[in-house]
Amino acid sequence: MKGEVSLGKEFTKGLWRENPVLVMLLGLCPTLAVTNSVKNALGMIGAVFFVLTCSSIMVSLIKKLVPLQVRIATYIVIIATFVTMADRFLAAYFPALSKALGPYVPLIVVNCIILGRQEAFASRHGVVASVADAVGMSLGFGIALMLLSSIREILGNGTWLGVPIVKGLFTPWQVMILPAGAFLALGVLVSMVRYFKNR
Amino acid sequence: MEFFVIFMSALLVNNFVLSYFLGICPFVGVSNRLDSAFSMGMAVTFVMSLAAVVSWAIYNLVLVKYGLEFLEIVSFILVIASLVQLVEMFIRRMSPVLYQTLGIYLPLITTNCAILGVALLAVLKQYTFAETVVFSVGAGLGFTLAIVVMAGIREELDAADVPAPFRGAGITFITAGILALTFMGFSGLVR
Repeated sequence: MKGEVSLGKEFTKGLWRENPVLVMLLGLCPTLAVTNSVKNALGMIGAVFFVLTCSSIMVSLIKKLVPLQVRIATYIVIIATFVTMADRFLAAYFPALSKALGPYVPLIVVNCIILGRQEAFASRHGVVASVADAVGMSLGFGIALMLLSSIREILGNGTWLGVPIVKGLFTPWQVMILPAGAFLALGVLVSMVRYFKNR
Repeated sequence: MEFFVIFMSALLVNNFVLSYFLGICPFVGVSNRLDSAFSMGMAVTFVMSLAAVVSWAIYNLVLVKYGLEFLEIVSFILVIASLVQLVEMFIRRMSPVLYQTLGIYLPLITTNCAILGVALLAVLKQYTFAETVVFSVGAGLGFTLAIVVMAGIREELDAADVPAPFRGAGITFITAGILALTFMGFSGLVR
């Protein structure tokens, strides 16, 4: 019984309480870069989900075999391998998306979220718990990215996933699609999350 | 002239932090004091130039030659990690004073997406060796510029009355957004 309750907790903590992007402020580079449209965000969410889950499983499986001094290097190589897989997969089957995401898919390898979860969790817990943690964190990441990209695309383009939503209601704010808009939207979002957390 | 365009582009027009979103973690984390911001910027510029050049060499002289381009990500990150380790050891031995100022930031730089980003972008744009040098130095100085300006603003903000939910990360991002807006003014500089 106790095992089950902990598993649920490991899964849900990544969704809100310890949301990697909005609370822990990790992995901001891809968050800001690919949220200019919901489609790009979905691509990134998929890639991160794949890399984080597979890496956590692998790190958790081999944790007893890795000497302490080389553990970070080992994690990085494991993560880099899965990132290469994800990158090549996207380039082969979704070339337009791959081009839109550009260097940000390879940059997942230095995404603090993934390395952070290996160091903080997967290297100290069993495989099942690590999967729960990874899936929870990926979903939390996904929620943050969907929120941010929806805000940016609706306000900046008047569309959502390419479908026009607010046609004629107001002139889209071009700035939201641009880097400046990313910072502004994230700043407001992070502040709102902090406000609701501290109420 | 081409070099000037590449340099200016990396420095101002496509500023690494404010346009490419690379190096956000140290940008947010270290920009609260002017002197530490400058030190971080210098450390990053140094490592960036070195890493970009070595990565370029590995890609064009080894990976391409043996058809191993898919090893780009793994080899680049290993190169960068080792390079930072070497630089740290070198600085510690050569100048303890410098190590005191920069030392703590160096391990942080390994996972700095800006370093890997420079290497990846230089290869993506198919720059020559010389162009890569100019590009990475410009990128590093652009990062330094952004982080120093940010530090100056944040030191002023510390004395201001920021509403509670916005304090720290929130107001930093909003400031960065306004900063990014101002840097957009440079976009006519290079055609």
